[in-house]
Amino acid sequence: MNFLALIGSVVLAFLGHLGRLTIFTATALSHCVRPPLYPRHIGRQMIDIGYYSLPVVGLTAIFSGMVLALQSYTGFARFAAGSETAVANVVIISLTRELGPVLAGLMVAGRIGASMAAEIGTMRVTEQIDALTTLSTNPFKYLVVPRLIAGLLMLPALVLVADIIGVFGGFVVSVYKLGFNPAAYITNSYDMLEPLDVISGLVKAAVFGFLIALMGCYAGYHSKGGAQGVGAATTNAVVSSSILILTFNYIITELFFGT
Amino acid sequence: MNATPKIRLRDVRKSFGSKRVLAGIDLDIAKGESVVVIGGSGTGKSVMIKSIIGIILADSGVIEVDGQDVTQVPASQRDEVNRKFGMLFQGGALFDSLPVWENVAFGVIQREHIGRKQAKDRAIETLAKVGLSADVAELSPSELSGGMQKRVGLARAIAGEPEIVFFDEPTTGLDPIMADVINDLIISVVKKQGITALSITHDMHSARKIADRITMLYEGKLIWDGPAGTVDNSGNPYVQQFVNGAAEGPIKMQVRR
Repeated sequence: MNFLALIGSVVLAFLGHLGRLTIFTATALSHCVRPPLYPRHIGRQMIDIGYYSLPVVGLTAIFSGMVLALQSYTGFARFAAGSETAVANVVIISLTRELGPVLAGLMVAGRIGASMAAEIGTMRVTEQIDALTTLSTNPFKYLVVPRLIAGLLMLPALVLVADIIGVFGGFVVSVYKLGFNPAAYITNSYDMLEPLDVISGLVKAAVFGFLIALMGCYAGYHSKGGAQGVGAATTNAVVSSSILILTFNYIITELFFGT
Repeated sequence: MNATPKIRLRDVRKSFGSKRVLAGIDLDIAKGESVVVIGGSGTGKSVMIKSIIGIILADSGVIEVDGQDVTQVPASQRDEVNRKFGMLFQGGALFDSLPVWENVAFGVIQREHIGRKQAKDRAIETLAKVGLSADVAELSPSELSGGMQKRVGLARAIAGEPEIVFFDEPTTGLDPIMADVINDLIISVVKKQGITALSITHDMHSARKIADRITMLYEGKLIWDGPAGTVDNSGNPYVQQFVNGAAEGPIKMQVRR
């Protein structure tokens, strides 16, 4: 009987979370389209998410591009000589379609999702969110909406930069380590690339950016119980947004490329 | 009984899960009156205030402000009601991302959409009312002492010229002298502007000083209500025990032995 009760309580807790998250998302979205918006806050969040994540995302991208070139070269060498074309193709397609958005998403989830949850969570436990309400300010409009909009807009921008830096990483390894012809590498990369590769990556990025901000805000908004509660909220934000990123990555890939 | 009370609670109830926090609160507060609710920690004093403000939704009951039942007000018009309120939070709840003056002017900026320069002047004026100089305006809340944070919180609560101010444990965590400074400020601010005040505290010294009327919350109900001067001769054993701070009495603290 205890075992059944355990299953029941787990399922109920999960459904409770799902319900709260749905209401939270619906409320946040409805406030996204109703004035007043806070342009100053949106701007500040955009700088926080976009500009200050550049070093982390850039480093991730350049090393991914480099290792991709190296791995695919040694891998292809087992099958055939003349793998120059294949390496350039593999680097650019895997970066734009998959690695750019996913790795950037995961890095930003760790950086931004955590800080959002910690900041909003602290505001919750110190009653600052209640104080907003008493000062005629809707906490959703003031705290959540700017973060959602900034996440939605800035992650695609970050991913575009990451794509370019990543391809550059692959180029550097191919040319300087593997001795490819630089002009041929660029031609090979460019020829193979289709607009949809990049577009699908950017769509993913926009979705991931929204999810990161949403989970960060949600975890923070519902955090309770002092320092420990805020710590738990931070963990939840990062874990849940990472899992959602990987899940939605598959779903979006299926929508774009699945036949 | 001739005028509509500023705040009127009738049979307000609130439970969290199986825990009953408010079990039918009835309270009338006249315009310009200062009422203090006393009671032990965790007896639901904060919940009572927060359900009036609408941060917590009561399960049932009537909460009227100026004769209007605010539990029936749609969310879109809630701001209109909240304009009448100011609140001093227990921990100050100052926005630590903003300098002091923006904290004080926050409500004014949101409501009146005035320029930042003008808002800052208003904030400095309000800070003066709570005895803080203009140099404090540029500081960040984390640079202030507890007493100063309380004062800034008070300035923020009254900056929007509210009709009703709620004080959540205004003197908790302060030294006795600073506590008395805050008491004096509350009296001067409330009386001077004719504000209606509802405070919750377990600091009896503060309660005697700032209250016109004291009422005691125990097990979700208001069990005693009387003029501030009569609290020491209430004839109610619960109030007697609380006022005298005695461990022995009808109120049993859950202390593990």
